[in-house]
Amino acid sequence: MKKINIVTGHYGSGKTEFAINYALKLKESHGSSVICDMDIVNPYFRTNDAVSFLKNEGVSVIAPEYANTNLDLPSLPSDIISVFSENSPPSVLDVGGDDDGAIALGQFYPYLSKEDYEMFFVINALRPDTSSADGIIKLIKDIEYVSRCKVTSLVNNTNLSYLSSVKDITDSISLIDEVSNLTGIKVKYISGKEDILSKLPEELKEKLFPLKLFMQLPFDAFA
Amino acid sequence: MSKVLMKGNEALAEAAIRAGCRHFFGYPITPQTEVSAYMAKKMPKIGGTFLQAESEVAAINMVYGAGGAGVRVMTSSSSPGISLKQEGISYIAGADVPCVIVNIVRGGPGLGGIQPAQSDYFQATKGGGHGDYHLVVLAPSSIQEMVDLTSDAFDIGDKYRCPVMIMGDGMLGQMMEPVEFKDADVSNLPEKTWATTGTGMKRKKNIINSLFLEASELEKLVLERQERYAEIAKNEVRYEAVDVEDADVVLVAYGTTSRIAKTAMAKAKEMGLKVGIIRPITLWPFPFEAFNNALNGKDKKFLCVEMSTGQMIEDVKLAVGDKAEVHFFGRTGGIVPTPKEILNKIIELGGAK
Repeated sequence: MKKINIVTGHYGSGKTEFAINYALKLKESHGSSVICDMDIVNPYFRTNDAVSFLKNEGVSVIAPEYANTNLDLPSLPSDIISVFSENSPPSVLDVGGDDDGAIALGQFYPYLSKEDYEMFFVINALRPDTSSADGIIKLIKDIEYVSRCKVTSLVNNTNLSYLSSVKDITDSISLIDEVSNLTGIKVKYISGKEDILSKLPEELKEKLFPLKLFMQLPFDAFA
Repeated sequence: MSKVLMKGNEALAEAAIRAGCRHFFGYPITPQTEVSAYMAKKMPKIGGTFLQAESEVAAINMVYGAGGAGVRVMTSSSSPGISLKQEGISYIAGADVPCVIVNIVRGGPGLGGIQPAQSDYFQATKGGGHGDYHLVVLAPSSIQEMVDLTSDAFDIGDKYRCPVMIMGDGMLGQMMEPVEFKDADVSNLPEKTWATTGTGMKRKKNIINSLFLEASELEKLVLERQERYAEIAKNEVRYEAVDVEDADVVLVAYGTTSRIAKTAMAKAKEMGLKVGIIRPITLWPFPFEAFNNALNGKDKKFLCVEMSTGQMIEDVKLAVGDKAEVHFFGRTGGIVPTPKEILNKIIELGGAK
């Protein structure tokens, strides 16, 4: 695992769920981790929603001061810079959706260019704009262009929210493989709800990354 | 077509395009901006017009013009932006121009906040702009229903020559859900003989206008319009009623709040309480019939749940009259009620321990 882990993708790909789970995994393997909410695009449903859970789990959260308030201000917290210091624990940068969100990453290029970072691109093949190889590759290129960083791994997070099925994932495998072949970027993980992943064929097992879901709607849960 | 995962705002925009909307005029505002963003991306690719106007006032007047020329046209905004559009909406209603207006409601009054709310119910159903007019107001509770109602909104607008509003709260605009688009055939829509499409020197010119120099002429038209509203009230009322007949407590809620209410209702049933729900889908015309049906059976109490300090409750009271108690639970200012809070209120009314 790399020290700096950037999570990008189309909005609605499940980036934030993946980012939160990856931060928890880093915490487990390294004793501590940091997650940065760098989303300057979405007003609702963001890393900051899970902040108390993450802090309890020992994951530090760096989030815009005004996240989830009524101030719709696309500013980033200055302490993001701390993740590049030598003493920082491994970190996850949860970047906003699309190239619009990835613009916020560009300013860290001077630091990132000196780091051996991981940059995930999370794909949900059931989102209309990322349901074809052309659509996915265009978005990868757009995000790479504005962020000046290179995507290093693909994450297949194909899902239909509460209607997700095993078939959704198996149907997407050939498309994501095609993207991988055309771009030379490897598919590192297939992520999703644990009960669905456990039913996937044996040959995919080594790539599985089960997710605990955090972005709940108020009518989903009875707390 | 199979299901895809979409954000409410983009699904709404796609549904409008599939309903034959090729003209969109808007101005960005959270939490509705993705409607405009989606239209900006898609319209140029399909030969449509997307225009980001200089203001909401300009956008609604562009809608007025395009609708008057007979095309399917939409605009969208959120609460403060909808307030700005009211003058244009009144003119559109006064000129009998069909169009679709989307309000993805946020906290108010004033600039309020960007979190979800339902506090524009009065504005949407009781006028908003000046004059004797109504908007047909559709209130979906899921993204699928929002997609289906978008297509209906254009049909209703064309059929009765009136502006139609789709009202969702910020959550409905921002959340993601699986959705399926049913391909409607919009290639053969009825001709709009009243529209300003050019006379071709073959007919008298059509005029789109809301100014009348003779009071008697204006009164005649306003009364004719009232007859059309009566037709709408007769034909277009929509609601969902679940387990109402046997209920001790009937919840009344619309939009995403109805889904939170249903979660509370399921829990209450587990506890042995008899709870039902009436979910208005058309906020205007209001589904009075659902309440008449509910009042025919045994005695019950009504609990209106809203993301406001109580606006729809006035229509609920009008529907119920003195035949039953009407209670209220609401959160406002961008706070979403929890199922637990609603359950507590049900228990309080239902008398269970």
